[in-house]
Amino acid sequence: MVDHEHIIEVKEMVKKFGSFRANDRLTFYVEKGEIFGFLGANGAGKTTAIRILCGLSYPTSGEIMVAGHDVYREREKIKRKIGYMSQKFSLYEDLTVSENIRLYAGIYGLGRNQIASREEQLLERLALSHIRNRLIREIPLGWKQKLAFSVAIFHQPAIVFLDEPTGGVDPITRRQFWEMIHDATEEGITVFVTTHYMDEAEYCDRVSIMVDGRIDALDTPAALKQQFESKNMNEVFLKLARR
Amino acid sequence: MSLIIDHIDKSFDAVQALSRIDFEVQDGELFGLIGPDGAGKSTLFRIMASLLVPDAGRCIMHGYDVVDDYREVRKIIGYMPGRFSLYMDLSVEENLAFYARVFGTSVEENYDLISDVYEQIAPFKRRLAGKLSGGMKQKLALSCALIHRPRVLILDEPTTGVDAVSRREFWDMLKKIQGQGITIVVSTPYMDEAEMCDRVALIQKGRVLEISDPSIPRDGDDTQLFSLRSNRGVYAYLERVRSMEGCKHAWLFGDQLHVTPKSKDNAEKMKSVMDSWDDPSLQWKPILPSIEDRFMGLMEQESEEHSTNGERI
Repeated sequence: MVDHEHIIEVKEMVKKFGSFRANDRLTFYVEKGEIFGFLGANGAGKTTAIRILCGLSYPTSGEIMVAGHDVYREREKIKRKIGYMSQKFSLYEDLTVSENIRLYAGIYGLGRNQIASREEQLLERLALSHIRNRLIREIPLGWKQKLAFSVAIFHQPAIVFLDEPTGGVDPITRRQFWEMIHDATEEGITVFVTTHYMDEAEYCDRVSIMVDGRIDALDTPAALKQQFESKNMNEVFLKLARR
Repeated sequence: MSLIIDHIDKSFDAVQALSRIDFEVQDGELFGLIGPDGAGKSTLFRIMASLLVPDAGRCIMHGYDVVDDYREVRKIIGYMPGRFSLYMDLSVEENLAFYARVFGTSVEENYDLISDVYEQIAPFKRRLAGKLSGGMKQKLALSCALIHRPRVLILDEPTTGVDAVSRREFWDMLKKIQGQGITIVVSTPYMDEAEMCDRVALIQKGRVLEISDPSIPRDGDDTQLFSLRSNRGVYAYLERVRSMEGCKHAWLFGDQLHVTPKSKDNAEKMKSVMDSWDDPSLQWKPILPSIEDRFMGLMEQESEEHSTNGERI
């Protein structure tokens, strides 16, 4: 069963705000090493669920394990095992490229020597060595995005959560970014991603689609297209969310 | 002619935000400006809205210069900036009434123009704008931009960060507004929205790469585009295809790879190599480039020109 280890296991997760059910009995799992697409219309409850899975808010009820830890009692342990990146990259604009890398590495408790050697590797891999001393605010959006992702997985987390990571970037950078995501999975990192670009749903191993707080569909892109008799994921999404 | 953009340049300190932007928009046209963040779209829109003065060049709106005749220009345009300029501490109906009065009209006078959009938020008309969802704010902002019946509607990234369903609904609304004879200039980072426009300008790094009618398929390009599909998934083939001798570019494209061979001969050679890969589900066929393919092709062309000049960002 090691092959199909569930890195995230969610059973009957409910989150209520007053009488409003933002998450209505969500049940799903994410396998270790997969790219899991978490789709849904604005207001469907995605952000609420992600905040719970990241250990930032408590569910109202349900059993939820993330990277082997319970979201009620072991939130700090969860935070150490995950990475997070949103469209508003959490890089410090008035620090340099190198300072940002070292800051995040330090926060995640990496040692001085470890940081130095991994920083070199990272800058080389991203071909950013020549701008290591430039301020974040001076570098192009596409580079910031790649750096933000690399920083989010610098401590080699079990899972990385990507909340609309590709918003606003050009189509080539967007694709290069997905190639980085694939590379990360080859290192064993599980990827949990939201996006409004439906072509990106095709790059996921499995996709869930949330409608009004519930998961209305969950399968591989190929199976979903067959199930909803659609030629692409955009059609699947429109059929589900407009019902 | 609704709008003439005539060789506009704009810099902020050392950054050239716009260089030699040049295009025209016809009366009643739905014209799209498509490009990523930082391409210069908002800068150009602020110039059109008379909020920013260009360093060089002119922008003429229905015969009025946006610099010299800005008062006239402001009467005939409706402008919806990326961050909606609503008053968050006024209610829905107060926002609308306020915008109507600023322009010397009333909500009743032009209600027919906004009724489709406004009726969707009318049940919440006493709610503060700050308490609305993103989609409802967008509809209110659109109503406010239309309430004085502008001749030209300028929408800066109205669908950014909006889900695929709401985006489709928004474009349906725009089509209806266009049907009322209003010229629309709209920007977006989503390439798939190009097909909703009559014409689009592709913009990147402050330059217009190309202006085209998305409904006219572009064949006869000197390079040809192919799609590769496989039941085994295409990501596994990406590096393999890229490392082939005849391959110029290969990119993920939904459930396919889009591949540009160096020449037609190379395309046939690549095909025969793929036949030996022992995957009967492989499908290799020529396709017409979409706007996104065009955009990527033009970006690559530019970066090749830059790299042959030895330039670096």
